[in-house]
Formats: sequence, C-alpha cells, structure tokens
Amino acid sequence: MRTLRQIAIWVALPIILIILWWALTARGASFFVPQPAGLFSKFIDVWMGERLLTDVLPSLGRLAVGLVISTIVGIGLGVLIGSVRWVRWLLEPLLEFLRAIPSTIMIPVLLLLIGINDTMKVVVIVLGCLWPILLNTIEGVRSLDEVLKNTADIYRFKGWPRLVFVTLPGASPLILAGIRQSIAVGLILLVVSEMFAATDGIGYLIMNFQNRVAIPEMWSGIVLLGILGVMLSAGFQLIEKRILRWYYGLKEAANDS
Amino acid sequence: MTASEEVRLHISGLRKIYGLGTSSEFEAVKRLDFDLHAGEFACLVGPSGSGKTTLLKMIAGLMDPTEGEVVLNGKRVDGPPEGMAVVLQEYARSLFPWMTVEKNVELPLRVAGLDKATREERIAEALGAVGLEAARKKFPWQLSGGMQQRVAIARAVATHPSVMLMDEPFAAVDAQTRGELEDLVRRVWRQLDMTILFVTHDIDESVFLGDRVVVLSMAPTVVQDDIKIDLPLEREQLGTHALPRFAELRKHVYEQVQFAKTNPGGIHSSTDERRRTV
Ligand SMILES: Nc1ncnc2c1ncn2[C@@H]1O[C@H](COP(=O)(O)OP(=O)(O)OP(=O)(O)O)[C@@H](O)[C@H]1O
Ligand SMILES: [Mg+2]
Repeated sequence: MRTLRQIAIWVALPIILIILWWALTARGASFFVPQPAGLFSKFIDVWMGERLLTDVLPSLGRLAVGLVISTIVGIGLGVLIGSVRWVRWLLEPLLEFLRAIPSTIMIPVLLLLIGINDTMKVVVIVLGCLWPILLNTIEGVRSLDEVLKNTADIYRFKGWPRLVFVTLPGASPLILAGIRQSIAVGLILLVVSEMFAATDGIGYLIMNFQNRVAIPEMWSGIVLLGILGVMLSAGFQLIEKRILRWYYGLKEAANDS
Repeated sequence: MTASEEVRLHISGLRKIYGLGTSSEFEAVKRLDFDLHAGEFACLVGPSGSGKTTLLKMIAGLMDPTEGEVVLNGKRVDGPPEGMAVVLQEYARSLFPWMTVEKNVELPLRVAGLDKATREERIAEALGAVGLEAARKKFPWQLSGGMQQRVAIARAVATHPSVMLMDEPFAAVDAQTRGELEDLVRRVWRQLDMTILFVTHDIDESVFLGDRVVVLSMAPTVVQDDIKIDLPLEREQLGTHALPRFAELRKHVYEQVQFAKTNPGGIHSSTDERRRTV
C-alpha cells in the first residue's frame, strides 16, 4: 500500500508538470522553448536510433568505469586511512586541500597531460567521484561502534576476515551513501568533460546541437540526461535497499522501542 | 563439577592508572592479586566505579595494565588470548546487526578455522543450551533484550572457552528473565567445564551463582574480601534463595559491600581476619 502511494506521488507530479507545460506552450511559444509533443518525437528521433550506440553507450561506459575506479580506490584508501591513525594524521591536511579543488578546473591541465581521449574523461570523473566515497568510508570505518570493535578484538578477528565481516559491513551504510552522491556528481562531470573535448558522447552532442542552433535537439539531450539521472539513482536505491536490509530493520527496531 | 587446584587465571600486582603522565591521572585499580582455579565460578562484586570493568578489560587483554600481570594457563596475557570469551555489559551492541543469530555465533568459530561440520555442531549445541534454535535465522534486532543476551552467551559458549568473563550481563533484563539466565549460566558452566569470572553489583546474584565471591573496594581498588560460597552444587531459584545459609552469606557479602562503598583501597574492614570463615 505504502509503495503504491509512493509510486503515485512519483508519477503524479511529473504528469501535472507536463500538462502545465503543454497548456502554457500550446499556442506556440518562443523559438527557444520546446513543446512537449514536439520534444517527445524529437527525443525518439535523435536518441533512440544509431546514437544510442555511438554516443549514449560510450558516455555511460565512461561513467561506469569512472564510478567503479572511484569506488575501489575510495573504499581501499578509506579503510586504510580510517583504521590506521598515523596514516590519517599524515594525510588529513593533504586530503582537505585536494578536496577543495573542483575537478572541472583540472580539465585544461588534464587535456595537456593526457590529451583528448577517454582516459582524460574518466580521470575527471574519478577526481570528482572519489571524494564522497573516500570521506564516507573513512567516517564509516572510524565510527564503528566501540563495543563491536571490542567484540572483534575479543574473538581475535584480524586482517581479511575482520575487514570482510566487521569493518566493511559496519561502514556500508555510509559507503553506499557516498556512492549515491558520486553517481550524481559523476553524471555532471561526464557531461562537462565531454563538452570540453570530445568527438562523441551525450555532452558532446548537446554542445554540438547548441552550436548548430538545433534547439529542440538540444533540449532532447537535456531530457535524456534527466531520465538517465533518475534511472541510475532509482536502480542504485534498489541495490542499496537489498544490501542495507539489516540497517533499515535495525533503525526501525530502534525507533519502535 | 568442583574447582581443582590447577590455576587457570593468575592475577598478580595488577594496577591501572588512567591518563598516566597527564594532569587528570586517576588510579582506578591499586593492587589486585588473586587466582582463579580451573572450574571455578567466581563472582566479582563492588560499588559502582570500583574498577570492575577496568579489571575485566585488563584480564581480557583489551587494555594494558600499568603494572602487574595477568597469566592465563601459564601464559602472560598481552592481547585477547585464545581460550577466553567475554560477554560484555552492552550485549545488544555486541552482536553484529548485519548477521543472523546463527552467523553471529558461527563467526568466531569460522575465524578460528574450525571446519563446517564442527561449526554446525557447536552452533546447534550452543543455541540449544540457551533455547534459541527457533531464532537461528533471525537478526539480533528482531529479538527481545533477554534473547539478545542469550545469543551473546551462546556465541561465547560456542567457542568452548576455558575461561569466560561476564560483565554485569543481566543488569538490564527483567527479574523473570534474569532468573532464567542465571540458571542457564550455571547449567552451561557445569556442562562445559569452564572457569567463570562474573561481574555483578547484585549481591543476591553473586551468592546464588558463585562458589566464591570476591568483593572489591572503592577506587583505588584492592580486594576487600574473598568469600567461599558453600551452598550445594545443585541450585534452583526458589529453594536456594530460601536456604538459611543463603541468607547468612548474603548478609555477609552485603556488609562487605557496604563497607567497601566508603573505603578506598588500603583500609581493611574489621571482619578482614575472618575471611573465608564467615
Ligand atoms: N577511560 C578512562 N579514563 C579515565 N578514567 C576512567 C576510564 N574508564 C574508567 N575510568 C574510571 O575508573 C574508575 C573505574 O571504572 P570502571 O568502569 O572500571 O568501574 P566499574 O566498577 O565497572 O563501575 P560500574 O559498576 O558502574 O560499571 C571509575 O572511577 C571511572 O571513572
Ligand atoms: Mg562496569
């Protein structure tokens, strides 16, 4: 019942907005503002053909590689920094400094260093997506309940088993929250990196349409990004719900008592 | 089962000063010496803040003493030792919430490298002993407080420890459950031939459970009294509590704890010479 209502809310607001949009633009609007029906058919024309393979897929590929690298590096470094005090002491100021640098600012530098290719775009994505995962992992590892740490000590859990059975599951709620943030950041960085220097990809095409004053096409690209964003976050939420079933149950039990 | 003369746990000259070398230096434990023999069930009572948890953490190898040593089975403790299990006071927080009851009990066995068949046997045995077979597949947060405590006990028992430490394990459960858990601990102690050190601030509980009660003084802590509990081996809630001898022992322990409340280590009570001959 509750999920049904949630779905209704999810669907209702967009529908209302589309109707409003349709009503407001029905009698013709500015050249720069698209109409729903026109935009829809443009969307199908532009994206649901060959470009799915030549542009959308490469973009998603870069995003996926960037996110996977960020996750592996972020969790790996995060566990190390979070569990070894002197490493944390040593690296914390450096991390604060690096984090303050927006990764988009690195694009010109990376262009020079790496050139116009996929690697450069993945690096831009990683430079931005690493932080939420890294910082959340550090926090998650550090904030593990003292009593659980004592328990792990008492039963002499060390090394790999301790990592797999205690440290990572304990930090997983924060780690997954970090990954969720990274997905949003990654999508933005993907598009930005493709706008600067690319020969294919969603960002590249949107810029290209804009240069050619192909306004409805440009809008259709923006719609595509919106849809991708929603789908990625919804898909990730499903994964999160599965992995963190214990966490939601625990929270609910804590609220009840 | 009776205590043999074999020394299981040897505690000598144990001292703990918190914040050593800082302005907030605090001597929690002054000097503790006592031995636990194999198969003994000793209860540790003392006023709040008398350093019971501090002592337990040092014995468990979770904390280094400032001076002195703990020796388990002839080996000096310098980290959580093999053959020891600890049931912490915050039992609810000591269970891994991402694992089911059976996985919680299994994990220490798995990390210790026991094979699947042995693990299964131990899980069944331990959960059977605490009456929780039906809850195997549940998560800790789906259980009541008393059930969670039983899982923590089952996890400790399943490792077949030679020494089990318990820190006020029943402080937060209702009287009914408490009685059941007390019977349970006595039962597994006799079944598995363990040595138990049981911290409590409940005098009734210490007399009912132990075959020995060690009373600690206020901090800086020393052993205030060490009382042999000569009640029959078979104990049960109603009968044992009604024995005249139970009342005598309880009175004695009560007096010692009252005395301890106002006296830090070093001052001896008037009954000190009468130790063990109540
Ligand atoms: N980490 C610490 N740093 C400084 N002082 C501490 C620390 N832990 C405990 N103490 C002090 O040491 C004394 C003994 O504490 P401990 O927790 O061992 O007492 P306890 O006998 O277990 O008390 P309770 O019955 O309330 O659990 C207390 O006065 C306490 O304030
Ligand atoms: Mg305590």
